[in-house]
Amino acid sequence: MSIWEYANPKKFMQTSAWALPWVAGLAAVSLGVGLVWGFFLTPDDYKQGSTVKIIFLHVPSAMMAINAWVMMLVASLIWLIRRHHVSALAAKAAAPVGLTFTAIALVTGAFWGQPMWGTWWAWDPRLTAFLILALFYLGYIALWEAVENPDTAADLTAVLCMVGSVFAVLSRYAVKFWNQGLHQDSTIMKVGEKDPIAPAYYLPLIVCIAGFVLLFVALVLARTRTEIRARRLQALLARERLA
Amino acid sequence: MMSLLVRDLRLAFRAGGGFGLGLAFFLLVAVLVPLGVGPEGSTLAKIAPGILWVGALLACLLSLDRIFALDFEDGSLDLLATSPIPMEGVVAVKALAHWLVTGLALTLVSPVLGVLMNLPPAGFFWLVASLLAGTPALSVIGAFGAALTVGVKRGGLLLSLLVLPLYVPTLIFGAEVVKRGAQGAEVGTPLLLLAGITAGSVALLPFAAAAAIRVNLR
Amino acid sequence: MELVVTDLAVERGGLTVLERLSFRLAAGEALILRGPNGVGKTTLLRTLAGLQPAVQGTISLPAESLTYGAHADGLKAVLTVRENLEFWAAIHGGGDVARAMADMNLTDLADRRAANLSAGQKRRLGLARLLVTGRPIWVLDEPTVSLDQASVALFGAVVRAHLTGGGMALLATHIDLGLPEARVLDLGPFRATSPQISSGRGFDEAFA
Repeated sequence: MSIWEYANPKKFMQTSAWALPWVAGLAAVSLGVGLVWGFFLTPDDYKQGSTVKIIFLHVPSAMMAINAWVMMLVASLIWLIRRHHVSALAAKAAAPVGLTFTAIALVTGAFWGQPMWGTWWAWDPRLTAFLILALFYLGYIALWEAVENPDTAADLTAVLCMVGSVFAVLSRYAVKFWNQGLHQDSTIMKVGEKDPIAPAYYLPLIVCIAGFVLLFVALVLARTRTEIRARRLQALLARERLA
Repeated sequence: MMSLLVRDLRLAFRAGGGFGLGLAFFLLVAVLVPLGVGPEGSTLAKIAPGILWVGALLACLLSLDRIFALDFEDGSLDLLATSPIPMEGVVAVKALAHWLVTGLALTLVSPVLGVLMNLPPAGFFWLVASLLAGTPALSVIGAFGAALTVGVKRGGLLLSLLVLPLYVPTLIFGAEVVKRGAQGAEVGTPLLLLAGITAGSVALLPFAAAAAIRVNLR
Repeated sequence: MELVVTDLAVERGGLTVLERLSFRLAAGEALILRGPNGVGKTTLLRTLAGLQPAVQGTISLPAESLTYGAHADGLKAVLTVRENLEFWAAIHGGGDVARAMADMNLTDLADRRAANLSAGQKRRLGLARLLVTGRPIWVLDEPTVSLDQASVALFGAVVRAHLTGGGMALLATHIDLGLPEARVLDLGPFRATSPQISSGRGFDEAFA
C-alpha cells in the first residue's frame, strides 16, 4: 500500500465516490453550525458592532485562497515529477475554487472595510496582494483553457504555477515594502498575545475554517471527478475518429 | 550563440522587425499622460516615476510575443532545437537580444521622457539606474511568458495576462527607486532588491522557459 | 555510425499512430518512408529528430548527428540567401556556405532577400541548409514540395553525394528522386492496430 495508489484514476474514482458525500456532508454541517453560531449567537463587538461578524466568511475564505494555491503547487510538482494525471487534473480543478475564495475574501473585505476604514477599497498591502493573487489565478486558468493538448497544458500550467509561486511570494513582500497599510496583522494565530481575537469569536471561527477546508476538499474532489470523466470522454471521441 | 544574437539583432533592425515600436509607445505614454492629467508641473513630478516605469513595462510587453512566435511559425525553433545550442542558451540569447532592442533603448531615451514628465533633477540618475537594473528582468520574465504561449494562436492577450502579474515586484521596486531618488531619499534597499530580482530571474527563468518550449514543440 | 530504431511507437495528439517499428540505417544508406496521408510519417520523423518523446521503444544514434528539415524551412524573409545560410552554418560550427549555394544552384541568388524568392527557390535554400549543418543524418519531411523537375534531379544528386560521403538520409516522399539504391519502407503495416490512448493510460480502467 503506497499513497501513490490514489493517483491511479480507478482507485481515485472509487475512493472519491465513497468519500465525497461524507466530506460534503461534514462541510455542510460545520459551515451551518459555524455560520449560525457566528452570526446569531455571538455578542456584538463594542467598537465594530455587528459588522465584525463578517470575519466568519472573510478569514476562512482568505486562508483557503492561499491554501488552494499551495495545494495546486504541490499537485503540479507531483505531476511534473511522477506524471500522475489525477494530480494535474486536481490542480486544474482547484484553480477556479481558489479564485472564488479569493473573490469572496476581497468582497467581504470591502464590506468590512467600508464601515471601519470609510472606504470600499484601499491600496493596502494585504488587499493588493490578494488582488495580485486573483490575477495569478486568472492567468493559470486562462493558460489551461488556451492549450488544446491536455498533457501539454498540464506541463505548461505546472511550470507557470511553480514560477508564479515564487513571484507571488516576492509580490507579497514587495507590496509590504511599498505601503505599510491599514489592515491589521493576522490575529488568528496570536491567542495569548495582547489584543487577540475575542474568545467568544474564536470557537465559531475555528468551526467556520474547518467548514471552508472541508468545502474546498469536497469541491476539488467533485471537480476532479468531472475532469477525469471529461478526459475519458475525449479519449473515447478520439478513438471513435480513428476507428 | 553569438551568431544567434547577431541574427536576432539584424532581424530587429531590418524593415518589419518591430524595432522602434516599443520606443514610440514609450514616447506616446509620456505625451498622453500629461494631456490626460493636466499640465501642472507639481502633479506630473509626483507621478513621473510611476508613469515612466509603467510606460517602460508596457513598451516592453508590446514586443514580447515576437521573441519566439516568429521562429515557431517559420520552423526555425524546430531547427534550433535540433542544433548544438542548448534550448536554455537559445532562450537566454533571445532574451538578451530583446533587452538590447527594447530595455536598453528605453533606458537610454528615458531621461528625455523624464523632462517631458517634469521629473525632479535628482531623479534622472536613478531613473536610468533603475531601468538599467530592472529591464533585464522584464525581458527574461517576458521570454518565459512567450515560451509558455508560443503554441497558442493569437496568444498576445494571454501572454499579457500571464506576464503582468509576474512584473509586479520589478515594477514596485523600480518605481520606488525613482520615487525615493527624486525626493533625495535613500535608494539602496529598493535598488538592491530590484537587482536581486533581475539576477534571480536571469539565472533561473531560462531553464523554466526552455522546458516550456520543449513541451510546446512536441 | 548507425541509426538503430527498435520497437518504436509514436504518438500524435495523445494517440499512438505507429507501433512495433524497427529498422537500421548504416552510413551511406538512404531510407524512403511511404504510406498514406495521416499514417504518421511526420510524427515519426519529429520523434526521430528528438522533438517529441517516443511512447515506447528506443532510437539510438550518435549525439548531435542529425538534422531535420520539414515543410517550414526556418528562413528569415528579411535576410539574404547568403545570410540565412551563414546563420545556420555558424550555429553548427561553420559549414561551407559557398559550396552549399553552388550545389543547390543558388549562387546567382546569393544577395537576394529570402522574401523575394519563389517557392521553389526557398525550398532549395532550405535544402542547402542541410549541407551547411555538416551533420551526417538527414531527416527530411517531403523535401521536394514545390521543386521543379530539374531541381528534384539536382536534389537527388546532392543526396547521392551526401550518401557517397558516408552520410545517411531518411526521407518521407512520394516522388522518385532517382535514388535506386535507397530502400523503401512502407509504414502501412506498422499502423497502430487498436488505437491506443497513449497519454493518460488508466483513464479507461477507471470506468471498467
